Amino acid sequence: MSADAHAASPAVDDEGRPLSPQYHVAHHFDNADHQFQANKLGIWLFLAQEIMFFSGLFCAFILFRAKYYDAFVEAHHHLDKVMGGINTIVLICSSLTMALGVRAAQTNKRKLGVAMLVMTFLFAATFLVIKYFEYHHKFHDGLLPGRHFTAEGFVHPEANIFFGIYFVMTGVHGVHVIVGMALILWITVKMYRGRFSSRYYAPVEGVGLYWHLVDLIWIYLFPLLYLIG
Amino acid sequence: MSQTVAAEGHPKDDEVEGGKTLNYWNAKKGILSWLLTVDHKRIGIMYLFSVLTAFLAGGIFALLLRLKLLTGHDNLVTAPQYNKLFTLHGAMMVFLFIIPAIPGSIANFMLPIMLGAKDVAFPKLNLMSLYVYWTGALMALVAIVFGQIDTGWTFYTPYSASGSGPVILMTLAVFILGFSSILTGLNFIVTIHKMRAPGMTWYRLPLFLWATYATSLVQVLATPVLAITLLLLALESGFSVGIFDPKLGGDPVLFQHFFWFYSHPAVYIMILPGMGIMSELIAVHARRKLFGYKAVAFSSIGIALIGFLVWGHHMFISGQSEIATTVFSFLTFLVAIPSGIKVFNWVATLWGGSIAFTTPMLYALSFLFLFTIGGLTGVYLGMLNVDIHLTDTYFVVAHFHYVMMGGTVMAFVGGLHHWWPKMTGRMYNERLGAIGCALVFIGFNMTFFTQFILGSRGMPRRYYNYLDQFQPLHAFSTYGSWVIGLGFFLTLGYLLHSLKYGAKAPRNPWGGKSLEWLTESPPITENFHDTPVVTSGPYDFMGDEHGITPALQHHPKDDPSHTPAYDPGHHDPAAKTEEKS
Repeated sequence: MSADAHAASPAVDDEGRPLSPQYHVAHHFDNADHQFQANKLGIWLFLAQEIMFFSGLFCAFILFRAKYYDAFVEAHHHLDKVMGGINTIVLICSSLTMALGVRAAQTNKRKLGVAMLVMTFLFAATFLVIKYFEYHHKFHDGLLPGRHFTAEGFVHPEANIFFGIYFVMTGVHGVHVIVGMALILWITVKMYRGRFSSRYYAPVEGVGLYWHLVDLIWIYLFPLLYLIG
Repeated sequence: MSQTVAAEGHPKDDEVEGGKTLNYWNAKKGILSWLLTVDHKRIGIMYLFSVLTAFLAGGIFALLLRLKLLTGHDNLVTAPQYNKLFTLHGAMMVFLFIIPAIPGSIANFMLPIMLGAKDVAFPKLNLMSLYVYWTGALMALVAIVFGQIDTGWTFYTPYSASGSGPVILMTLAVFILGFSSILTGLNFIVTIHKMRAPGMTWYRLPLFLWATYATSLVQVLATPVLAITLLLLALESGFSVGIFDPKLGGDPVLFQHFFWFYSHPAVYIMILPGMGIMSELIAVHARRKLFGYKAVAFSSIGIALIGFLVWGHHMFISGQSEIATTVFSFLTFLVAIPSGIKVFNWVATLWGGSIAFTTPMLYALSFLFLFTIGGLTGVYLGMLNVDIHLTDTYFVVAHFHYVMMGGTVMAFVGGLHHWWPKMTGRMYNERLGAIGCALVFIGFNMTFFTQFILGSRGMPRRYYNYLDQFQPLHAFSTYGSWVIGLGFFLTLGYLLHSLKYGAKAPRNPWGGKSLEWLTESPPITENFHDTPVVTSGPYDFMGDEHGITPALQHHPKDDPSHTPAYDPGHHDPAAKTEEKS
């Protein structure tokens, strides 16, 4: 919707009275729809920014995978494909519950929405717990980045680079999961208090979009890191 | 004024409190009303104060550097201190001053007003970006005071990753400053898309906003790459993850690729807003419709897009493949085209215009002269054979100072004068303005043209000592830096003086046509009493003696542009509208 069309739709009726209470519409917007469209564009730009942020890591991965292909193949066998696979399924499920949560907010189903968001939160926590066990295992075996790499029996010495990339990529992704959990918690509380409705659900939708991106990045990370060669 | 208030209601009388007209300055009082404000104008003023402080600090570092270079022997500072000084000068000027300078201050203040909006789309985010900037600046300051940072502003690995705490802190500071830049860019893109007043079509946007839009695109899409690069660098320094460390199998050139993937587009973050200001200064102070509006608008977007593809020209001698260097060289020539389009259109606008030699116009003319030299020497440096000779010499230093200082800083200071009456409600001293501009212009050429000669004769950049044969030119360059310093201190002095003693500014001292001249000087908190309805373009100086076709069927008598350009008091369009209605 163009800005001109927004500007054409007045925030007041022809007698100058507000159409209905719109406590959440900031003073500089014409109406709730105007504000919603602006928020949504903002979120999408933020996601574009996130993609560029991760693109640097993907670029580094591609470079080193091409350079040290054999070392990457050897090193990636030390990752736990089952745990990684379960985590992928967990995150896909969390995306589903998040989408249902957004839909519930849009259709005024508060209880369903809260339940869905709580489930999303729990899936995210499950992901982190599994990730913790994976990390713990790597630390135990000395499969660590760069200088800290102490594992023995590797044919290719560049395995340390693989684990450098692995820890940075999954670590940065993990931080995004933690931030996502905090955001989910925030909108869950607000939804529980009945702040969202079909008239106002921009924060739910925004957090939802962010969460889908976090999920999507993992969906790329899993095959790239766990299923080489 | 062709952009009229078409709202039904009469423009309200100014709200008066104790005989004082309320505006954004005096609407609320107390330090907290500033620190917690979400008013884009107040945030813009705080940004202005912050970036000018950084400019002052960076400038003092520069004066110290030049003072040391007066002779090629040990004096004033030791070699490690010298390394620290040029790092600080570069890092402060780039990350704390020139990147946020125009978007943070002038664009923050003017963008919503020029759109006819009450505020940016996300006012709280706007305030947050300022606090993020302050956090980053504070961290940088701590790193500077307590640490030995001598990597240069480019933080090249493996040296920067050799594990010193202050470098990590500085890296994280720049990482945080980057987020401030991203938030500002994001805010502006949404604001330009969604907050335009009725009738403000894309082709009625002042060209400053097109340039700001292009800048914001680069800020949002390039800065995150710097963020991840610096995060990797911090992890490399702190934990030796190996990605940039050749000893562990990592690739230090990858750092350069990452760094320049941001930092080349970043020079367009620096110059594009300056180019936008240029379009305003030239059109308004020559009172002529900007020649080739669409060409200038799309050249901004073109620069932003092609700017993403030329980073490799910083790495011609870093061991890229020959095919890569050739392609990057070609793309570098390509990016010169949209810049050339702008310069020719500005010159064409001046032709036949009634040029008023106001301080903003003097700065605009300085920009034209200096930026052209800076841009053309950029083409030299894009040529592979020439570049190999000139890499890491003073020629490069002179080139980017001609573009960044001769370009961006000139436009910034010119824009500051142009909008000073609007921002502060006071007129500055025009004669001192002209003297200040002349001093800066002369001093600048003394300082940096000399460096072109030094560089082409083989003076390497960043060297503490140099051969005796370079001494006269170095000395001349240092004298020039004093003239620049004098010019800027004079400018600072009369601007501060005008805050208290300057004449009260009228709404439209320059006879501008864009929306900011429709509102009071300084504007009220909500910018406009009624949302303006835009009916014509920003440069329609119609019906004047230059034969520009009127875009709107106004009675010529209604048009304030008939009064002389430089005649404060006759350009009060809202008052005219009031009389009519």
